Order: sequence, then structure tokens, then C-alpha cells
Amino acid sequence: MPNETPQKMLIVALLLCLVCSVLVSSAAVFLKPLQERNKELDMKKNILASADLLQEGADVEQLFQSVEPRVVEFATGEYADSIDPATFEQRAAAKNPQTSTAIPRTQDIARIGRRAKYGLVYLVRNERGGLKYIILPVHGKGLWSTMYGFIALQDDANTVAGITFYQQGETAGLGAEVSNPEWNAKWRQKQVYGEEGQPTLQVVKGTVEPTAPNAEHKVDGIAGATLTSRGVTNLVRYWLGSHGYGPYLSRIREGELNDLNVEGG
Amino acid sequence: MASEAREVLFEPLVDNNPIALQILGICSALAVTTKLDTSLVMCLAVIVVLALSNAAISFIRQHIPSNVRIIVQMTIIASLVIIVDQFLKAFAYDLSKQLSVFVGLIITNCIVLGRAEAFAMKNPVWISFLDGVGNGLGYSLILIVVGTFRELFGSGSLLGYQILPLTSAGGWYVPNGLMLLAPSAFIIIGLFIWVLRVWKTEQVEKPQYQIRQVHRTEVV
Repeated sequence: MPNETPQKMLIVALLLCLVCSVLVSSAAVFLKPLQERNKELDMKKNILASADLLQEGADVEQLFQSVEPRVVEFATGEYADSIDPATFEQRAAAKNPQTSTAIPRTQDIARIGRRAKYGLVYLVRNERGGLKYIILPVHGKGLWSTMYGFIALQDDANTVAGITFYQQGETAGLGAEVSNPEWNAKWRQKQVYGEEGQPTLQVVKGTVEPTAPNAEHKVDGIAGATLTSRGVTNLVRYWLGSHGYGPYLSRIREGELNDLNVEGG
Repeated sequence: MASEAREVLFEPLVDNNPIALQILGICSALAVTTKLDTSLVMCLAVIVVLALSNAAISFIRQHIPSNVRIIVQMTIIASLVIIVDQFLKAFAYDLSKQLSVFVGLIITNCIVLGRAEAFAMKNPVWISFLDGVGNGLGYSLILIVVGTFRELFGSGSLLGYQILPLTSAGGWYVPNGLMLLAPSAFIIIGLFIWVLRVWKTEQVEKPQYQIRQVHRTEVV
């Protein structure tokens, strides 16, 4: 059959599409389990890293055994144990109008539009079964991208134990330094809440003098990444504020939720 | 045959480099070279895609109707890129995260379509495969040079190992922030082309415009 007839064209196109689609879809299907595992492992790694629990060379899965995921209702700040944290997808829930709420424009400083009605928390306990760290998933807009990360608080639900970002598309070398462990380390021991109970923690421009007033509420800015730094301030303030995990954290501070052992994992 | 194979394989390294002489594929050369490890993975991905797409297109070249040939080539290239991207996500998750969209953008890398159209459509399978590998290596050479310079002077490290101790960690080296931005890749590629053309003078282009000497005696 000559090449230039319409029949030949259709046959070539059809056969090509068939072969290509079989190859692409089989690659996608066969590699999916591995990819999902990688994603999950990466998430767990970041959860551990946010509380500085990650050890060089140790098995992530094994370390993650000590972390207890729970689901919290944002509006009340109480645990929602009817929802299984293992299957709860906060990011998917935030997209579904039935399982999420629109954030009022004045409150939406993280510029994310909607948030799920329920949120995940990851708890790490000390030897006596009391609370040691509370790790919260956070996200918000930076300069180019939505940044996803975790912030870990100590048992007082006020002192920062660490922060990590596992997904962001900020400028490499500048804004992307939000995922640099050295910068993340500067967050440790900072205080989230000011005297009025509002989150006042912020990333400032330049470096913070340890003797400056309110130095415990300020984190060194990233040079050349003012807008990304502002995005981080906003997302931390949103998620730890009254529309985010604020009610839950204030319950913890008041000791209302400290009796966690009844649940037993 | 052996000498032809060698020529096809090694000519694109220096004498007919896709980036330095053909000036193709610059965009990804800027984007992924802030670190050497991402550059290396990108090189590998491009070599695989180029070699396989050249081989596949050459294999069916006698059956491709010429008025749909570009779309046939694009379909093959796009499928290969998706497969490579899936493999990276499965086996090198951290690196694929850093490369983000740029693996997908190999589809639009001019080198791949350029070699398919210029070489694979007219040559047998094996030699087309070698041409793909060769051009991939030529692309890799530039990426590795650029990546080495940018990581060394931008972060003071190579493949993540600290070579120059940074001031922020108590050393003496103040990292050059420009190296982490895309313009530095332009500068390094420009310098590379300069050096190459000093060595291989036949690559120098003829000036398109010559300044004319006007003498005072002439009527202007």
C-alpha cells in the first residue's frame, strides 16, 4: 500500500496510538505501587524530620511506628475518631465541596481557598505516654507555588519543634531554601502565640538579634526570597490560627485533651 | 561500518554538538543544572529518550506518511518521555521531585525532534540509535560542565559533597548566588561555545554584517 493514501495514514495512526498507549499505561500501572510507596515514604520522612526524629540510616517505617496519626475537627478542635486517619485524605477532602468549607476572604491569608472540615495531626509520645510533639500538616501559597509542609510543636502547643516543606516549586536557590534543613533548624524553640493568643510568629527580613524584643516570635528571613518568606509566615499564621488548628491547640494548652491514653492508638 | 558508527556516536560531542553548535535544547540546560546530580539524571533521561525515539522512528520510517510524520514522531517521543518519567518516579523519587516538570519537557526538547526529522527518518535502525546516543552524550557534556560549575561555585559542593567550606558553616567560601540563577547557565554556555570555537575554528560563523570603512575622499 502506498504511504500517502488516507487509508494508510489512518492505519499508521491507529496502530501507533495503540502501541504507545499500551506501553504508557502498562508502565503507569506496573510502577504505580512503587511510586505510591515512595510518596508515602517521603511524607513519613518529612513528618519525622519536622520533629527532628529522623536518624541517618535508620528505617523510616520503623521510626514512624512511634508516630500516632489522628483526625481533628477544625471547628470544635476535638478528635474525630470516627474517621480512620490511615484512609483520610486531607488534600482530597479539601477539594470536595461536601467535606470542605470555603475560607472567608479576610481569613484566607494563606490563599488556599478551601480547607477540609477535618484535619490530620501526628502525635509523638514520651516514655510515659504523655504528649511530646504535635505535628501538623500545613500549606499555603508562596511566590510561585503552593508549599506543603509540616510544623511540629512541643507539648505546650506553643513552642516550635521544627518545620519542613516536602512539596514546593519556589525559585531554586532562593525561595526553595524553605526546604533547606539549615533554615528549618532556625525555627526551633520559637514561640507561636503572642499575649493575645493569636499566632504572631513571623519570618522577618534579615537576621534576628537574639536580644531584640519579641525575638522568640521571629525567624530569620531567606535572603532574596521576601515573597516566599511572607508566604511561610502567612501559612503558619493561618493553620495555627482560629480558622486552622487554633481551637485544637488551645484545647491542648488548657489540658482538655491530654488524657489521650484511653484511645490506645 | 565501524568507522561510520564511531563518527555518528562521537561527532556530536565536539564537532557537531547539539547545544554548542546547533544551539538546541538550551532551555532545559538552564533549568536543571543548579546541581550536578539533577544534571546527570536529566542527561540519562535525554540519552534514553533520544536513542529509543530515533530507533523507533527509524524502524517504521518507511511506513510513515510524510504529511503526518511530525505528529507520529511526537507521539513516539511523548510516550517515551512519559515512560521515563514514570520510571524516575518509581526508582529515583527524590531526584524526580527536583527535576519536576523538566523531564516532561524533554518532549519539547528540540534535539529529540530535530534528530528524528534529520537523521532517523533517513537512516537504518542501529545507526539511528547510535546517533541518538551520540547526540544525547553531546547534550550531556554541556550539562555536566554547566552543572559542575554551578554547583561548585553556587553551593560549594559537588554531588552534594562539600568541596569549598561555606562561610555559613564556618568556612571561607562565600557562595556566588548568581550561579544558582538561570542567567549563569547562559554565561557558562556562552563561554563554553567561545572556548570551543577558539579550538575548532571551523565552527566560527561568518559575520553577517561587516562594518564598512568610509574614507574622507568618498562622497557619502
